[in-house]
Amino acid sequence: MSEPQRIGVVRDINGPIVTIELPGIRHGEQVKIGELGLFGEVISLSGDRAVVQTYESTDGVRPGEPAEGLGWPLSVELGPGLMGGIFDGVQRPLEKIALQSGDYIRRGINVASLDRDRKWAFEPNRDLAPGEKIGPGKVLGTVQETETVLHRILVPPGVHGELEEVAPAGEYDIEEIIARVRGASGRSQELRMYHRWPVRTPRPYLRRDDGVAPLITGQRVIDTFFPQLKGGKGAVPGPFGAGKTVVQQQIARWSNADIVIYVGCGERGNELVDVLETFPKLEDPYTGRSLMERTLLVANTSNMPVVAREASVYVGITMAEYYRDMGYDVVVLADSTSRWAEALREVSGRLGQMPVEEGYPAYLASRLAAVYERAGRVETHGAGSGSVTLIGAVSPPGGDFSEPVTSHTKDIIETFWALSKELADARHYPSIDWVTSFSGHVHTAAHWWHENVDSNWENRRREALALLARDAELSRIVNLVGPEALSSAQRWDLEGAALIKEGVLQQSALDEIDTFCSPDKQFALLDLALMIYDQGAELVKRGVPVQELQRLPLLSRVRRIKSLYSSEQLDDIETFRDEVEQTLENLRQEYAKHEEQA
Amino acid sequence: MSTKEYRTAVEARGGLLVMKHTPGVAFGDRVSIEDHSGGVRNGQVIRSSNEEVLILVFEGVDDLDLENTWVRFLDAPVEIALSPELLGREFNGLGEPRDGRPPVLSSLRRAVGGSAINPAARTYPREFIQTGISTIDGLNSLVRGQKLPIFTGSGLPHNRLAAQIVRQARLKNEDASFSIVFAAMGVSYADAKFFRDEFASSGVLRNVVMFINLADDPPVERLTLPRTALTAAEYLAYDLDRHVLVVMTDMTYYAEALREVATSKGDVPARKGYPGYLYSDLAEIYERCGRIHHRHGSITMMPVVSMPSDDITHPIPDLTGYITEGQIVLSRELDNQGIYPPVHISPSLSRLMKDGIGKDDTREDHPRVAAQLYALYARALETRNLASIIGADELSSHDRRYLTFADAFDRRFVGQGENEERSIEATLDLAWELMSIFPKDGLTRVSEADIAKHYRELDEEQASSLGGGPASGVTTAVQSHSRRKRRTGSGAQPSGGG
Repeated sequence: MSEPQRIGVVRDINGPIVTIELPGIRHGEQVKIGELGLFGEVISLSGDRAVVQTYESTDGVRPGEPAEGLGWPLSVELGPGLMGGIFDGVQRPLEKIALQSGDYIRRGINVASLDRDRKWAFEPNRDLAPGEKIGPGKVLGTVQETETVLHRILVPPGVHGELEEVAPAGEYDIEEIIARVRGASGRSQELRMYHRWPVRTPRPYLRRDDGVAPLITGQRVIDTFFPQLKGGKGAVPGPFGAGKTVVQQQIARWSNADIVIYVGCGERGNELVDVLETFPKLEDPYTGRSLMERTLLVANTSNMPVVAREASVYVGITMAEYYRDMGYDVVVLADSTSRWAEALREVSGRLGQMPVEEGYPAYLASRLAAVYERAGRVETHGAGSGSVTLIGAVSPPGGDFSEPVTSHTKDIIETFWALSKELADARHYPSIDWVTSFSGHVHTAAHWWHENVDSNWENRRREALALLARDAELSRIVNLVGPEALSSAQRWDLEGAALIKEGVLQQSALDEIDTFCSPDKQFALLDLALMIYDQGAELVKRGVPVQELQRLPLLSRVRRIKSLYSSEQLDDIETFRDEVEQTLENLRQEYAKHEEQA
Repeated sequence: MSTKEYRTAVEARGGLLVMKHTPGVAFGDRVSIEDHSGGVRNGQVIRSSNEEVLILVFEGVDDLDLENTWVRFLDAPVEIALSPELLGREFNGLGEPRDGRPPVLSSLRRAVGGSAINPAARTYPREFIQTGISTIDGLNSLVRGQKLPIFTGSGLPHNRLAAQIVRQARLKNEDASFSIVFAAMGVSYADAKFFRDEFASSGVLRNVVMFINLADDPPVERLTLPRTALTAAEYLAYDLDRHVLVVMTDMTYYAEALREVATSKGDVPARKGYPGYLYSDLAEIYERCGRIHHRHGSITMMPVVSMPSDDITHPIPDLTGYITEGQIVLSRELDNQGIYPPVHISPSLSRLMKDGIGKDDTREDHPRVAAQLYALYARALETRNLASIIGADELSSHDRRYLTFADAFDRRFVGQGENEERSIEATLDLAWELMSIFPKDGLTRVSEADIAKHYRELDEEQASSLGGGPASGVTTAVQSHSRRKRRTGSGAQPSGGG
């Protein structure tokens, strides 16, 4: 960053792609374009000319205007003050921009990402002593960033040496020096509470670990059927209207992560506002505090410049890695990676690169893989173990899962929650299709469930899925020849599958009680539905007509249990279960009597 | 304003004019072009370097000859003059009058390109708009600041539906009506006339601004028309504090014009020849709608999008659906049965409905009634498919109820008069009447309290009379999408049941 700034000249403007002439500029370097000072990034070099993608509209820029190389790649500021904020695709704080430039985003506006005036109460790490050898990741001290998040101030990557001093406890702004380190060269380095990091470079860690614990999202079809691990990577593909955004928002609301980073990448402005307005009012089920205290938003709505959309995913992940380095479990929700891929396509199209599939550039698959690989559970340099879970929404055109973005994503991720238009049309939400979805983490998750909830979890899950598979097959027959063609046992299979669908899989995000479901309640509901199915099957075998069972009023009540009793009212579910068992037992005895008489 | 004129055009093709040796031209600038006969055309710079400048000519490049074309760069973006005088007038895509009256004079001029609303400045839309149409109000409610397109096909009554919404839309408990911005791109003369007459006969003409580009007008002008119209809408909403309803028809023609220009520019095509930036381009238009903190006015948008060959997965409806907050889908099968408005509720959706309805906005039971109707109708369509294969007589009495329901729903809930304005209460009461075809136990999406309050017990006879007799259940049939694809030829009308 000590290099002198250089000034060049704008040569050609083609939408967001600007060609400049500036000898010595580097690939990836940040550039300020024209009188307005629009920010951009060098994406290709040829002789003295560089092609720059700008993060803002280039209307009014003329050939001959100046272009300034800034000497560093696209980077973000990392330090206290990120939590609860809303940033644009290149980490400009949108709330402060609103104060400066009004309701619309003025071009060329330059606001620092982190508040320079705000004072933070810094608490130094008491275990540190001057003269100690320290390196990246060492905790220098802490700042209570929000009520929920304790921000650990770490020695930034690349800084090694002997600690000269740490500031005493007190109020500091982020520009004040809180530590000095003497490097190997003998030069003293000043450390502040923040540092910059280039977003396209993954932050270093000690080593990668395997995921061990599931990410609990409070959503039954996810936790129970297609679990995700902390540090895993997953995708939610679905046509429009299938409920991708609601699934993502539910995970943001209810997952047991320490930090949630929501990247609204080329999506609707009103959806982000929904998060902005509702999250501060919602209570985190694990800490009881406002959800916004552990949430950070990156917003590049669909009408904001397309190049910043490409950057926004990297900006979000880099901030996630920063909190991971403090030892936190972070969830990144990217909605949607298709828009990110389309931004790649748009830029590559303007550069005249050879398209391969549906106009996408040849490097689509490798870029996608590189993004998803930044997720993972790691041993950090100094704060123990932390994780980044990355969940990307995919918006396949026409709902066709064979298109390039969906199919490449599917190759990389481990958890696939496929949304179905048919389920959404019938208002079966979340419309995660149990036939096409998969999770590669069931076995690992089973350890956790068996230890913490019930040792029968994996069996029950398998039974339920098998029943649903039978149901899909039988439904095909019914659609061809009608229900009369089925045997009684098969008709009871259909009824059992319906119980699982309506009583377990369906979950209303809008229902105050049902919106979050604890693992214990999840298992109780699943076990209840399967118990009814099992006992009913037994009765049908003994000759009880299926209609008789279908007429039982308790079957419609089972479907309502999920929204009648909250996760704290497991006893009531237990009571209801007893009641059901009693009813079925009575029926059994009645029929046993009939049989005897006959 | 620059007075320098250039005569250095070297190429003209597909709406584009290429100039050589015109240094220092700003990207996005407005251009004035004089042709050999003295006619003046308008253009915009879409690529600029010192060696070569590319100009998009809104009137097209027909009849230009390169030797006798004079080009002036106006040093200003494409703008529109704004004043309250806009209301009641009719313009073209560049904001020039089409009604034979003088241009609007105003010192207030704004670039039509607009800039992005800061998401942090937006307010979440949550005020219920009553359109008086059951399928919209009851099941896909529109709220102020929402963009809700009508997905339609050629020959379907989307214009009549849009006109009815314009006539009837109002906030519950508020008298203030909407100002209308009407943007027509590539529509026929007859369609434009229909709207003009509609506005005149319902007496709202003084409250309407029209921007019109007919099917035989230059297609390139369609690229700026929605932007011009929305700049006017933003002025009405945020400067004059009005609530604005923007009706745009037909976005498909807009996208086709975009493709035409993209092709001649040599852009890499993505799907069906549309450029890769179609999504961003459409979003620039649609996302200008919404509500902003501390501003009284609002912009609600209702674009009409025709689905080429009724294909909802075509890039234009598909990308639109990813940007807008839901969609109202019209069905040819319902239309063929004479049901108006032929709204097919299964693929229709309003994403902003959840916060605009319920106890404080419409009625306590509304969200659950909507969910229940959707679930029943989905099952009813399945049953109808089944009945068309095995015959209605083979169905159990339980399943026959669904047939009765499907029939009554299509006829009475979906179908309504073109001038019939149903209050939301009337819509919900009608819903309960239809739901009463089923026994209480069959209604699992509504709460027990809802049932106690609204459910009406019917005997078998009443129930079947609601649907007009069980036999007719099969004859009026909307088949669900998946099924329809499998069955070919015979269409949706198998011979009536028993």
